[in-house]
Amino acid sequence: MNTTTAFLTDSTLCIGCKACEVACKEWNGISHDGFEWSGLSYDNTLGLGHSTWRHVKFIENGIVPGLGGNAPETAAWAFSSDVCKHCGDAGCLEACPTGAIVRTEFGGVFIQPDVCNGCGYCVVACPFGVVERNPEDGRAFKCTFCYDRQLAGLKPACATACPTESIKFGQLDELRLEAQERLEELHGRGMHDVAIYDPESVAGIHALFITRGDPERYNLPPQPEVPTVYLKKGWTSAAVGAGLLVVGVFAAFLGTQK
Amino acid sequence: MTTARPTLDPDEKKRSAEEREAQLLQIRHDAENAVRRSAAEIEAPRERGLPSAAAAPGYYGLPVLKTPPWTWEIPIYFFVGGAAGAAAVVARVEEWNRAEPGLVRDARWIAAIGGAISPALLVSDLGYPRRFFNMLRVFKLQSPMSVGSWTLVAFSSSAAAAAFLSTVRRRSGGLPRVFMNAADMVAAISGTVLATYTGVLIGATAVPVWHENISILPIHFAISGLSSAASILELRGHETPALNALGLAACAGETMIGAKIELDKRPASAPLKTGTSGWLTRIGGMLSGPLPLVLRVIAGFARKERSVKLRKAAAISSIAGSLITRAAWISAGKVSAKNPRLELRGVGLPGNNRATPTRGEI
Repeated sequence: MNTTTAFLTDSTLCIGCKACEVACKEWNGISHDGFEWSGLSYDNTLGLGHSTWRHVKFIENGIVPGLGGNAPETAAWAFSSDVCKHCGDAGCLEACPTGAIVRTEFGGVFIQPDVCNGCGYCVVACPFGVVERNPEDGRAFKCTFCYDRQLAGLKPACATACPTESIKFGQLDELRLEAQERLEELHGRGMHDVAIYDPESVAGIHALFITRGDPERYNLPPQPEVPTVYLKKGWTSAAVGAGLLVVGVFAAFLGTQK
Repeated sequence: MTTARPTLDPDEKKRSAEEREAQLLQIRHDAENAVRRSAAEIEAPRERGLPSAAAAPGYYGLPVLKTPPWTWEIPIYFFVGGAAGAAAVVARVEEWNRAEPGLVRDARWIAAIGGAISPALLVSDLGYPRRFFNMLRVFKLQSPMSVGSWTLVAFSSSAAAAAFLSTVRRRSGGLPRVFMNAADMVAAISGTVLATYTGVLIGATAVPVWHENISILPIHFAISGLSSAASILELRGHETPALNALGLAACAGETMIGAKIELDKRPASAPLKTGTSGWLTRIGGMLSGPLPLVLRVIAGFARKERSVKLRKAAAISSIAGSLITRAAWISAGKVSAKNPRLELRGVGLPGNNRATPTRGEI
């Protein structure tokens, strides 16, 4: 039986209410992000991190009052709720030296807080900048895909609280089909720039997104890479370096013997 | 900045699962109501068309990646580990060569001391230091951090054993040579890995300036480590021509790598040439490449006393250069991670007038 679960976050349905952020913090008992105004639209959390596992982006369209169904004096926004992508081929999981990061039976990527020793290597291995070390606690944190709730047969907190079904939760293969259907539906309704974000370069993600236009507009890298792709080059170079070291020392000591 | 600890509601634990579930639904309900109120205000001027996403890519220029969290311990560890690893190779080769017992002894002690300081530096950088030993829960070939941890364990213990056994042998004799040689051998082999893996460690990450330079990083770090090991031995008063030859070769190598970096036009390598990280890279490069190279060449022609002084100056320059070089690479990585341009293919972002670079160019 296929039990791989997934999110489908449909930005065309997102109203920017941040219920997902609130529900996530509420359920997981995460600390606040500080009470500071960023000055960047209504977004004061600015990105995913150790204390933000769902993050609503407020993408402003420039000042075109009344654009697309807004009140005539207000500018249009695009909203999108970001989350850990739970990559099919996850950089953080590969990089973790302690085995703290595991793939759960639901296909999600989970950091076991009782194993993590805060080395920070997953932080630099994530091509999406999702994982972060909590400076006070020292360990790395990110979305758990509500592993505890999934074990109990419940939807993740964010999907439960989303009032517009912008965040859908279900089986990965079913949601992939649903995303495709939604894409065709929206194209049919004249939103020709609607796209699905599910990059193949990380073997697909378990948190699909429906976006308007290029993923770059949502700060989503069009071609994220699993850093393990560089290992072959790296170890080859290390072998050359080690060889130079040994040969150099031998040559120096033998070559200068009288 | 966040200063408070996770503010768990003290009553949190007393609440039942049902109550907590009900709260999620309440959050949803509140959000729905807020929307319903404002929906009445919406007018739909159809002639204006449907909304589109932001015109410019990127999200307020905010980074895509997280900045590497590593602090000052890491560049120092790269330096200490590199020098110690190379010193173990010098010790093994010299022991086999039976040239100068004093030199072998010093090289062994450099390896042993470096092997003792390194874990301390790494533990101090951990976010959760008391769990250092979790590094040894598993061995993962695909994680350079895991390979490095095991390498360090092998190196530190064998280098310490070699230094200890050689001291016992010298003081009281009688100890079979084979134990010491075995320890020396393990230290030398793990030393070559220790001096190079750090390049793979930072190269196999999402940070552009690191992964785009992964082909030179391990070689760069190996040469840098060798240069500082030879230099430390020279400063200990060893004047073997072999050390000068090693120093010369390493400085020549570092000069070539410095020139390669300077000629690198790829956007990913910009942090190596501009800003504070760029200047650190240049200063580190000058101090470990051309400057000591020139000093050593002049020393070759100078009279004995002057020659020794010049070699010592070259050694100091190399050591400082090696240390600064490691700090420069970490600093360049931090700058690189903060720039979203490469992840987002650089399309039309502020400060970028180039045409869309292709993947190969980046």
